[in-house]
Amino acid sequence: MTLQSLGEFLGSLWTVWALIVFAGIAFWAWRPRNKKRFEKDAQIPLKDDDR
Amino acid sequence: MSSPAVLSAGARTTPHYVEDPIRAAVVLTMFWGIAAFLVGVIIAAQLVWPQLSFDSPYLTFGRLRPLHTSAAIFAFGGTALIGTAFHVVQRTCRARLFGGEPLAWFILLGYQFFIVMAATGYLLGITQSKEYAEPEWFVDLWLTIVWVAYLLAYLGTVLKREEPHIYVANWFYLAFIVTIAMLHIVNNLALPVSITGTKSYGAWSGVQDAMIQWWYGHNAVGFFLTAAFLGMMYYYIPKAANRPVYSYRLSIVHFWSLVFMYIWAGPHHLHYTSLPDWAQTLGMVFSVMLWMPSWGGMINGLMTLSGAWDKLRTDPGLRFSVTAVGFYGMATFEGPVMSIKAVNSLSHYTDWTIGHVHSGALGWVAFIVFGTLYYMVPKLWNRPGMWSTRLMGWHYWISTIGIVLYITAMWVSGIMQGLMWRAYDELGFLQYSFVETVAAMQPFYAIRLLGGLFFLTGGLLMAYNMWRTIRGEATLAARPRPALAA
Repeated sequence: MTLQSLGEFLGSLWTVWALIVFAGIAFWAWRPRNKKRFEKDAQIPLKDDDR
Repeated sequence: MSSPAVLSAGARTTPHYVEDPIRAAVVLTMFWGIAAFLVGVIIAAQLVWPQLSFDSPYLTFGRLRPLHTSAAIFAFGGTALIGTAFHVVQRTCRARLFGGEPLAWFILLGYQFFIVMAATGYLLGITQSKEYAEPEWFVDLWLTIVWVAYLLAYLGTVLKREEPHIYVANWFYLAFIVTIAMLHIVNNLALPVSITGTKSYGAWSGVQDAMIQWWYGHNAVGFFLTAAFLGMMYYYIPKAANRPVYSYRLSIVHFWSLVFMYIWAGPHHLHYTSLPDWAQTLGMVFSVMLWMPSWGGMINGLMTLSGAWDKLRTDPGLRFSVTAVGFYGMATFEGPVMSIKAVNSLSHYTDWTIGHVHSGALGWVAFIVFGTLYYMVPKLWNRPGMWSTRLMGWHYWISTIGIVLYITAMWVSGIMQGLMWRAYDELGFLQYSFVETVAAMQPFYAIRLLGGLFFLTGGLLMAYNMWRTIRGEATLAARPRPALAA
């Protein structure tokens, strides 16, 4: 298997890679350890003085 | 309720935000809204009474229709997005807009120049005949320049932010700006016939042209009409309700799942065409999958109100925004259903599509803009509230009735039209001629016109209310709006 055909083979699996990246994002978002920081981030619009 | 003087003397030090271009964008949004609704009413009337084009080439349905769609999407929606993007990014990043007032004015006024060039072109018959991408090459080039400036201002502000985290609304706005740039450039690649002429020939041909056009077209829906207005939802609903978004984590997953999926949904516009079958099925599958993130986002928007539902009674502006989220859920349920090939074989090319588009455009886009503007106007002009809360209520109900009339008329008309097209008699001949289907639709066209008139009337009430508020007259209602006093 040449390097080029390997690259083409891996490229053909792009849906799998995209799915893995997305699963990583979902894991990061719902990881219990990140709960507090996201609750804090949700407050960003409410922190300013309403102007 | 604090007076403006007290507000500005507050202990918090806020950066000196860019405001004048945002005020101008608010007024221009209202202007283009009225223009778009008015042209919509005119072409709706033309469909009932075709003689209303007065045999003038400039007033034919074919030229006025892109004028209506562009006025609604690009002029009304786009100007609202530019104004709110500047408003949101400065406040959530706690930084003055990158490039300051000069860049903001260039973007806003440059965009208005794009709209005027595009609109006059349609009336004069200058078009490249791609739906939602009608402007010719010179207009496209100008928009590219303005759009790059828009990206610079937005990204520059995000990069110099004081706030460590980039609030989710900014992700939606940024995805909108970046994706629209990509779509606009690829779909509009063209070679002008001469440097002084308006005519050009597109770089794509055949089925590739069709696929790229609908890759563009559906992502204009996905990133312009959905993602960007979701950015609006994720900032202005928490502000008006004075509560954080229901689930910030859901908003992250909402964002990324929309970004990963929307881009593949375009082929559902080309079911049963010469587009390869696998591509049609791919488009259908991704469209159906989109139902999940869309409803996740809708739930997130609606649940932000939990514990604050009473505000809907006192704040018609918030009522607009929340109803908008409801329509977002309805339109994003209907869309995946219509993308299923079996359903599409009935719905495609019929008025059902028009009804679907308008439940999104009137119910979601226009309503979220109305809610946002009702929030912004008193803030930007330092007023205690809108001039008349009652008028806001009238606007809400008259527009909602208008939408219901519009979409129910189009459902009936569209499904009837689709059924008539596919009806055969016992010998296998088509049962109805085309003109019979047109005649059958006329009553529903009249109902649609009535719905449009209602919606236009609501828009005029809002413009009047806004004008009185900006002029600085004392608010009519003795009762202050508690939602804004916090």
